[in-house]
Amino acid sequence: MIQVQDFVFILSLALMACVLAAFVFVLRHSANKTDYKEVQPKAYRLRRVLFGVILVGGVVATACTISPLPYAATHGGLIDGVQINVEGKQWYWVFSQDHVPANTKVTFNVTSGDVNHGFGIYDSNLRLVAQTQAMPGYTNKLVHTFDQPGNYQMMCLEYCGLVHHGMISSFTVTDPVTSTEF
Amino acid sequence: MDNLNLGPLPGSARKGILTYLSISAVVYLLMMLAGLVMRLSQAGIIGVPPDFFYQLMTAHGAGMVGISGLAASAVLWYFLRRYVELTIGILWANLAFFLIGVVLILGGIFIGGYGGAWTFLFPLPSHSMGAWSVGAAASFMLGLLLIGVGFLLFYLDIARAILSKYRSFPRALGWPQLFANSDAPMPPATIVAATMVVIVNTMGIVAGAVVIVIMLVNLFMPSFAVDALLTKNLIYFFGHVFINATIYQAVIAVYELLPEYTKRPWKVNKAFLAAWSASSLMVLAVYPHHLLMDFSMPVWMAVAGQILSYANGIPLVVVTAYGALTIVHKSGIKWNIASGLLFLSMFGWAAGVIPAIIDATVAANNVMHNTMWVPGHFHFYLLVGLVAMLFGFMYYLVHKEDQGSSWIDRSAFLLYVIGAIGFAGMFLVSGMNSVPRRWAAHLPEWVSYSQIASVFAILVVIGATLFAIRFITRLPQARTV
Repeated sequence: MIQVQDFVFILSLALMACVLAAFVFVLRHSANKTDYKEVQPKAYRLRRVLFGVILVGGVVATACTISPLPYAATHGGLIDGVQINVEGKQWYWVFSQDHVPANTKVTFNVTSGDVNHGFGIYDSNLRLVAQTQAMPGYTNKLVHTFDQPGNYQMMCLEYCGLVHHGMISSFTVTDPVTSTEF
Repeated sequence: MDNLNLGPLPGSARKGILTYLSISAVVYLLMMLAGLVMRLSQAGIIGVPPDFFYQLMTAHGAGMVGISGLAASAVLWYFLRRYVELTIGILWANLAFFLIGVVLILGGIFIGGYGGAWTFLFPLPSHSMGAWSVGAAASFMLGLLLIGVGFLLFYLDIARAILSKYRSFPRALGWPQLFANSDAPMPPATIVAATMVVIVNTMGIVAGAVVIVIMLVNLFMPSFAVDALLTKNLIYFFGHVFINATIYQAVIAVYELLPEYTKRPWKVNKAFLAAWSASSLMVLAVYPHHLLMDFSMPVWMAVAGQILSYANGIPLVVVTAYGALTIVHKSGIKWNIASGLLFLSMFGWAAGVIPAIIDATVAANNVMHNTMWVPGHFHFYLLVGLVAMLFGFMYYLVHKEDQGSSWIDRSAFLLYVIGAIGFAGMFLVSGMNSVPRRWAAHLPEWVSYSQIASVFAILVVIGATLFAIRFITRLPQARTV
């Protein structure tokens, strides 16, 4: 299944290729001299079309992506499922629990005991599946359901000092069929 | 109202502009070398200890943004003095503040060991776990503050000059023509851009100064309570506005020089005025897209951050980049390195904002934030966009009309284009694969991306070195008007 990252990359590449095509087209015709009065009206007409296309694209993209947002739990929304408290410290994570069964809704209550950290959840293919910031004085609630059992890694995604790159902890998602804990 | 001053540049002003740009060219090279060392280290080709890696990272981030600000302000000053009377002493005062600030920053980093990144997020400067002292962090932040004071003086002088001629900022932004159908002549593009930059960057710098002072007090008086989220907002507001204002002042070179090369006017019309006024507001309001993963932020700010990020791309693409394409199309332009770099810069800016805008979508940011995707998009529009713009301006200053482009210049251009696009592209590929940013050491699975990126980085360094050498060795023949 295509992941968000892949879609974002392909979309970016496609749109950047369109921009490149426009620049290459103009570059290839730049040596032919034509009166600017002939070029401008056509260009302005085309600009109105471009403006319309971008506007419609922006509205459609907003409509498709603006909901759901990941902030509801932090702002008092309904919280159910497993609650796991997470505290970031230089340079390790402290979990109230480091394993859950797959297909269970989990709310990570993420905070920091010192500086800013970034709580990033990586799957066994080293793909980032969700994240939130860990800040001193604040608790961000990250709701996530692990679809697949396996070994996940929690990595720091906000620069936090000398061993920032070593701030990695393991997290296990068990198979609900074989797991008896829950 | 818009009688042009195309007389000779006073000697001290010419020296000032060339000093700004010479320093910028050298610092760009040094900072690119620092970047190359970091990529080689992540590639496992050389071994750099983490403390030194993060010091280099701090110097690279602060240095690149600071020097871009300095070079772009030379562009702004050079062209703006054609329309309004600027104070040469302030041009030099800004440079003096800048250099003193740089000494403090470098001292804090390479003597004091400060490696808290340019972002100096509270409370990291005071929580180094023994890596650096409070004094080192204070030296770094005081350096930033002094540089900000210099730029503030610089912008206040520009504000004075614009107001003394146009009487108000709305007039300089062309609001009477835009909103009241005034038939007065449109303000020149340079005046509109300069006014926008003065408005937004004054606010950005003041916000930066406020947060630095707050954090300096906290460094020496930890009982002085500071809110981590508030300081983060101020820091990202300052950083976002400053780097954007830098591009907006550098693009004046495109507005002024592409007409010269194509022999066509860059016509200021209502669409242009509307675009710049809209950008003024959006540049100030769009910064929450840096804080989309701070779930404690008000939700409306995140929503506004996403929508305004989409909207913020429209003026750039539809007015400036499209305007550059229109003016060049079938113009019969005789290309040289300067015009080539300026044209390239418009591509770099327009293409580079695409992955940035997409990253401002909350659903995408959820899995892209603070991965290599972020340096991917900003290296694209800064390296292929802004830096190309600035090197293009440097070439313009020292390139004689009758002088063709040598094979060295053409080779430098080619190396730079391939290197910069490949280098930024590898960041994007790494980001797609979730590689975190700001990691001194990468997991084995990620090392190959850095290895390929290092090759492209070497091409960039070679290209930029040739640009810088060509500029500095030709300084004696630099334009006098």
